[in-house]
Parts: sequence; C-alpha cells; structure tokens
Amino acid sequence: MLWHNLNIDVEPGEFIAILGPNGCGKTSLLKVLLGQYQLYSGTARVNGHRARRGDPDIGYVPQQRGIDDDTPMRGRDLVRMGLDGHRWGPGWFSRSRSQKVDALLEEVGAQTYADSPVGMLSGGELQRLRVAQALGSDPHLLLCDEPLLHLDMTHQRLVARLLHEKRQARRTAILFVTHEINPILPYVDRVLYIAGGHFLVGTPDDVINSAALSELYGSPIDVVRAGGRIVIVGSDSDHHPIHHAEPSAGAI
Amino acid sequence: MTHLAANILTEYFTFENYGELIVLLQNSLFAAALLGVVGGLISVFVMARDIPFAVHGVAELSFAGASFALLISFDVVYGSIIGSLAAALLIGIGGARSSEKNTITGVLMPFGLGLGILFLALYDGRAANKFGLLTGQIVAINPSQIRTLVICAVVVLVVLLIIWRPLTFASIDPAVARAKGVPVTALTIIFMLALGLAVALSVQVVGVLLVLALLVTPAAAATQISASPVLVPVLSTLFAVISSVGGILIALGSPVVPISPFVTTISFLIYLICRLIGHRRKSRHTRARIRREADVHRHPSLVSTAGEARDASGTDTR
Repeated sequence: MLWHNLNIDVEPGEFIAILGPNGCGKTSLLKVLLGQYQLYSGTARVNGHRARRGDPDIGYVPQQRGIDDDTPMRGRDLVRMGLDGHRWGPGWFSRSRSQKVDALLEEVGAQTYADSPVGMLSGGELQRLRVAQALGSDPHLLLCDEPLLHLDMTHQRLVARLLHEKRQARRTAILFVTHEINPILPYVDRVLYIAGGHFLVGTPDDVINSAALSELYGSPIDVVRAGGRIVIVGSDSDHHPIHHAEPSAGAI
Repeated sequence: MTHLAANILTEYFTFENYGELIVLLQNSLFAAALLGVVGGLISVFVMARDIPFAVHGVAELSFAGASFALLISFDVVYGSIIGSLAAALLIGIGGARSSEKNTITGVLMPFGLGLGILFLALYDGRAANKFGLLTGQIVAINPSQIRTLVICAVVVLVVLLIIWRPLTFASIDPAVARAKGVPVTALTIIFMLALGLAVALSVQVVGVLLVLALLVTPAAAATQISASPVLVPVLSTLFAVISSVGGILIALGSPVVPISPFVTTISFLIYLICRLIGHRRKSRHTRARIRREADVHRHPSLVSTAGEARDASGTDTR
C-alpha cells in the first residue's frame, strides 16, 4: 500500500509540491490522476469527473531528458503535439492550429528557438516548450513530474517562475512532484509530504519543520533554513547536510 | 590512364540494348520505386525510435523464413514475410524498453542467421537462389511475386498514414504521449509489424545483408539537413527511391555486378553529402544556443523578480 486515507482537494490556480523519498508513491499518484493506474479503493476526480486516460483537463510536464540531435522535430512541432498529437491520421496543415502554436510559444517566451531542432536545445529551453505543450489543451490541472531535474540553477528558477505565472494567469492548478523544494519554494501554496504510507499536508512552514517531519518519519529529522533555502538532514547515520528535501535512506 | 579506365568501363558495363532492358524490367523498376517510398517513410521512424539494430535482426529472421521456403519449394517472398513478421512481433512485444529490444534482437539475430544457413545447406537447388537472398534479386522475381510485394507495400503505406501522428508522438515522447491517451504499446506492435513487412520487401531488392541501406540510411541522411517533420519524410522517401531505382538502372548496364552494391553506394553517397551539408547547419544551431544561454546567464537580474529575491539571495552564494 502506497498511501492510506490520502484526501486532498486542489483549488484552481493552487501550486502544490509533492515531496517524499523514492518509492513513496509520488509518481504513482500522478499516474492515478492520468488514469494509468487504478486505485484499490477510493476515488480520484479531476474537474468533477473520474480520472481517465487522455483527459484534456490535464497537462503533463515530464522530467527533462536528452533528445537525440537528429530527431526530426522542431520546437514548434513539440508544442503542436500537445494540441493534436494523439489524433489519428497524418495531420494536414491547419492555419488555426499553427496560430495556436504561435500563441503558446509566445506564452512561454520560446519564439526565438521555435524553429530549432529539439535535439539542439538546452534542457531549460526544452522544459519551457514542454510547459507550452502541456498547456495546449487548456488544462485545469498541470501534473509536473520532476520537471527541474538536470537543469542548472538559472533554468530551474526560470522554469519554476514560468509555471507560477501560468497558474496565476490561467488559474491552472499545479501538482509538482520534486526532490528539490527550493526552486519552487517562493510559489508553493501547500506541500504534500509522503513517506512510508503516511503523509502531511499544509503550508511549507507547517510541513517542512523538524518536529513535523520527525513525526512523519518516526525518527529525528533536522530542518535547517539558511538564506531562504531549506535543507533537510536525516540526523542518525551521517552528518553531511543533504541538499534536497529528502532525508538520507538511514532515516526512513 | 584514360584508356585503362575505358577498358574497365566496357568490361563491367555495356549499355547496348539498354532501352529494351528497361521495358523488360519496368515492373521491377515500379516495385523498386514503391519499396523506396515504403523504406523512406519507415526509416523516419526507425531513426526516431533508434532501432536500426532491430531492423537488422528482423532481416536475418526474414532470411531464415525465405531460405526455409526455398528448401520446401514454397514461395520465397511469403517465407521472408512470415519470418520477418515473427521477428518483428517478438521484438515488439518482448522489448518494450529499448535496452531490452537490443538484447532480444542480439539473441534472435544469430539464431535466425544460423537457421538460414542450415536451410540453405540442405537446399540443393540453384546456387544463385541462395546468393540472391543475401544480396537481393528483384530482377529475378516473377510478376505474381511483384504483385504480392505491391500489395504489402500499399498495406504498409496505408497503416503508416493512419497512425502517422500518434506514432510520431509515441516514438519521440512516449511518456507525454501516454499521458495524452496515446496507446503507446499498441502502436509499437503495429509499427513493428509494418516494419516487418517493409523489411521483407526490402530483402527482395537489396537482400538480407543490406536492408539498412533502404530502411535506415535515407532518414539518417534526411535528418542531417532538416528537422522539419514534413521535409524529413519527403527527403527520406526521395533518397530511398533514388537509391533503389537508380541502383537498378545502373546495374542494368552491368552484366557482372549485381544490383545491391549500386543501391547501397548511392544511398551511402547521399548520406555523405547530407552529412557534410548538415555539419554547418548543426554548428549554426549550437552557436545560436550558446548565445541564448549566455544571455540568460549574463543578466540574472533581468530574469529575477521581486518574488524571487528570497530564493535568489540563497542561490547566489559562492
């Protein structure tokens, strides 16, 4: 069992970070909402209806992973797939669709590299395009599965802020699975922290503190705040600070 | 020196009665052109999915099927189709992940080749039939076999046309495609079956050993000079047709050299030229990216907002 009694309502435009150690079921939670996994008990509802496959109410932003240099696809084509990539047929040219793609590219500020091959873009640029792609179906909910992984600091900040701007402008709620809370900390409304089948929900300050996390893990955890950043330290095995929101394996 | 070259040319090439030969082989030329179209389009996905190795594996089982057909006096074209469909299905089902795909291919390939060699050793018919399987024999196939090839080619083209868009999505971006409701696994199986048919067809033109020249090289060349999802398939098809038809046309003038070396050489030369042209294109894109990145990093103040100040003060420590 991954979680028990997990009950959370997400408001329109809300930014929720989902934290927890590997294997706690963060990604599984997203897959339930995407209709790819079924719940043993309980229900998952998206915009009033049951979670189902291919739901246009959901946009999905995956981890950044390298795309081969020679992939026959440009930035704008990647965004376009978010509009009609799931439909059958070859997809003949359509003026209204290309206008929509242009609008999406502008929304994420990707016009300058829209015609570059996706394999030749930086990780940060690729992730901006993926945000545009996910927004293509005008979703009510964005599911982000560690979209900042493998990005440098600057791009982490830029992509995090882009997501923040979009949820404000479009009232799109964001569920953001991550190991690293700091780049999104200024924007997060609530944190869902899952560990060992248990979980905590609340504002970052309520959840990410020594007392709350120590209780969640059942072992002492130190949360250190320095310069607006949060460092979580599992305090039993080693005393090296761990630079992301995950206690060392020994603490779990 | 020119005398020597002329001697060699007349020894290996004779373009007497060329017009009559072309008329005689117009069906083969038509089939070769159609296979070029199939190969050009399939190769786009072979590149996008990064499975050239699987193509080679399918070809070797196609060889096993064809040589078994030869042994039992069954139609070679059907034999190779059955062999390659079986291989494509095994690789498609067993190798959901690309690493597994390579392992399964690597396991199947020598097995298929071994079976093929066994069947050929048992076969005591014409030696040319054996060699034809490995190196191509389109000029030797009969009209009813050509009809079979054309039907299969049309089937592959229609299937590709229907699944083109979701297959592109699933090939390049499987995680997001699945999230958008694209049946990624089913498309993989359908594509592998189409690939199996395409391999069986190509085997007839260039033979088992050289199918990659029609099923990988055309798109590999096209992606060197373009990333447009429209231009790449068009160029790739053009390259494949030039290779297959051009190869036959040149080979017709040579009583000594078979077709496949010409097909593979044209295909390779096209790739080489595209690679040279593409080199400049790639460095242009790389330079543009470096410029954009430098802009982002040079002016952190431009990209940072008040809401971020808290975060920025923490991350900008040395």
